[in-house]
Amino acid sequence: MSLDDIEGRKAMIEEVLSEYPEKARKKRAKHLNVYEEGKPDCGVKSNIKSVPGVMTIRGCAYAGAKGVVWGPIKDMVHISHGPVGCGQYSWSQRRNYATGQMGVDSWVTMQVTSDFQERDIVFGGDKKLELVIDELEAMFPLSKGISIQSECPVGLIGDDIEAVARKKAKEIDKVIVPVRCEGFRGVSQSLGHHIANDCLRDWVLDKGKGEPGFEGTDYDVLIVGDYNIGGDAWASRILLEEMGLRVIGMWSGDGTLAELERGPKAKMNLIHCYRSMNYICRHMEEKYGIPWLEYNFFGPTQIAKSLRNIAAQFDDKIKEGAERVIAKYQPMADAILAKFKPRLEGKRAMLYVGGLRPRHVADAYGDLGIEIIGTGYEFAHGDDYQRTTEYIKGGTLVYDDVSGFELERFIEKLRPDLVGSGIKEKYAVQKMGVAFRQLHSWDYSGPYHGYDGFAVFARDMDLAINSPVWSLHKAPWKAA
Amino acid sequence: MSAPLRQIAFYGKGGIGKSTTSQNTLAALSEMGQKILIVGCDPKADSTRLILHAKAQDTVLHLAAEAGSVEDLELQDVLKIGFNNIKCVESGGPEPGVGCAGRGVITAINFLEENGAYENVDYVSYDVLGDVVCGGFAMPIRENKAQEIYIVMSGEMMAMYAANNIAKGILKYANTGGVRLGGLICNERQTDKELELSEALAAKLGTTLIHFVPRDNVVQHAELRRMTCVEYAPDTKQADEYRQLARKIHANGGKGVIPTPISMDELEELLMEFGIMSKEDETIVGKAAGAA
Repeated sequence: MSLDDIEGRKAMIEEVLSEYPEKARKKRAKHLNVYEEGKPDCGVKSNIKSVPGVMTIRGCAYAGAKGVVWGPIKDMVHISHGPVGCGQYSWSQRRNYATGQMGVDSWVTMQVTSDFQERDIVFGGDKKLELVIDELEAMFPLSKGISIQSECPVGLIGDDIEAVARKKAKEIDKVIVPVRCEGFRGVSQSLGHHIANDCLRDWVLDKGKGEPGFEGTDYDVLIVGDYNIGGDAWASRILLEEMGLRVIGMWSGDGTLAELERGPKAKMNLIHCYRSMNYICRHMEEKYGIPWLEYNFFGPTQIAKSLRNIAAQFDDKIKEGAERVIAKYQPMADAILAKFKPRLEGKRAMLYVGGLRPRHVADAYGDLGIEIIGTGYEFAHGDDYQRTTEYIKGGTLVYDDVSGFELERFIEKLRPDLVGSGIKEKYAVQKMGVAFRQLHSWDYSGPYHGYDGFAVFARDMDLAINSPVWSLHKAPWKAA
Repeated sequence: MSAPLRQIAFYGKGGIGKSTTSQNTLAALSEMGQKILIVGCDPKADSTRLILHAKAQDTVLHLAAEAGSVEDLELQDVLKIGFNNIKCVESGGPEPGVGCAGRGVITAINFLEENGAYENVDYVSYDVLGDVVCGGFAMPIRENKAQEIYIVMSGEMMAMYAANNIAKGILKYANTGGVRLGGLICNERQTDKELELSEALAAKLGTTLIHFVPRDNVVQHAELRRMTCVEYAPDTKQADEYRQLARKIHANGGKGVIPTPISMDELEELLMEFGIMSKEDETIVGKAAGAA
């Protein structure tokens, strides 16, 4: 039995769990497993409330709705509705890039809050919300709409933000979307994604305003669930366009209200982050008959596979286009692999991230010769862990909503060459002498999507893993 | 050296006569030379009406909302002087259906404390709305605010039920803070065996029926004039009843108890014991009149 086989890793899980009090041990045991080849899922429970007392890495519904789904829509102003902290301390935390002129056609870099005071709690905040909307309209007459992102107190005191949205939308003749994403709702940011999707459905798509004058083609597609972190959506879009498709909207990275409104005109929804936007895809399939397809633009193997899958839904012109695109970029991918694979072959990595990355990036690492020995999601559901089986091999350690304690123990025991996770994990892991890359923000780098992104990805992983610093972390006076 | 500040609170089911009983009793206490501050903790702001002869218009929260925040207020803006120099403050709160009245109570009490409203008085009395619906309305019974709670009740079942619930609330905070149950005050409704029943409930709760206030129409006559009975008809028997209650409360300082609330079943047993409720007939439960 070693830490490289299933039994050894299961024993390691037991050992780590044994340090918990009995009640916590029982609860956490259901979230940790070693994947066995051929099983339909990863054998872990998910989307359950975190155990009180542990350090969880999860966010809240507001983070999911405002931070992830609505925040990147650039020509709307998003109000963090409630006390100042939620908006202030999440300001610019996600690197959802957007083109445009701040205050003219983009408000992505701004933080707007209703800054609740004691009297707004006692007397209700609806009047203040109306005032905020009036002021925004006076300051930013060019904005296309407004979203109201509820913080906790708004739900606690029962403000009627829907009534305010209806009233003010009529007055200023713009789209106003009230999003009830109070942070106490649900167990993680996941419910916030769902609520955000529902609001997109109820307050934009099903209002049926559409986009007057929009002329469709047979090749119109939407990019759904790409938030343009470090420019990801741009690196994806060019591939789709080069193969002959027309991207009529990016949801929601670098997106606009018009791109949301014209969504129902798409011929197909291409979804990257399944977890955060599958809800709207299912609705659009049901209501508008728009089929949807999951794809993966991390690493040349998955990119080529996805391009062919997408093309298979269209005519020969697009199929030829896909082959043309693959043929064009393959030499570039080969050159990247020729340069970096010899430096990375045989290295081992552990991941702990959010929506789609714990599975989607696995083959990008695989292309570089890096093996994923452990992976897990902050806020996945059962269907994510089913999908994960396509990407990982038997013996992979799987951890759902892993606690800071568990992750540190697993890293200590498995000593991977690289850990990919978030800012809260970064410095603790590096102090353990293990290379680290942030896989939420791409560590201020990116894009990582598409062929262009793979070049950056390969370089960044090499920079982290092969940094000379890792050979220097042992104190010279200590025996080897 | 003056005696330490006494902080008391009146709780009880809505409509039981809390405000009437408390204002009459406090008026009687003021006759004994005690300097009194009444803090009304009800968004309706009618806890000081009989002392001020008017409904307080300038509540802490409304003035704070107008001024911008509670920090912009001065104590004299909200402190009104009524009968016998009794000081009166109303917390106020939002209109029904919006905002958070409970947070309002917390805000108002913090403001009063920080601005010295409790200086130079012998008594602070809190009058809290009927149901302790959330943490805000429990403010006077936690964090070492009120030392003794007086529960106003009657021989009616729901009033006793509410009294028991309030005792549960006191028990919850009795161990973390210093709050104690001062006793029950029965405001007579002329129900069957009211005195005995009230005394029995008090015994079950581990306390005493501190006073039985008989029903007397003179209280209504006084109310119509927005006055306490003690002020309107000081020579009546009823005014003396309130004076008796005031003396008992004054002598009761530091004698409060940690209550022993009972279960719903025990409460029903008590009512059956006194013949108020008959043994439950399971066969009639849930059957409409025509179906029997």
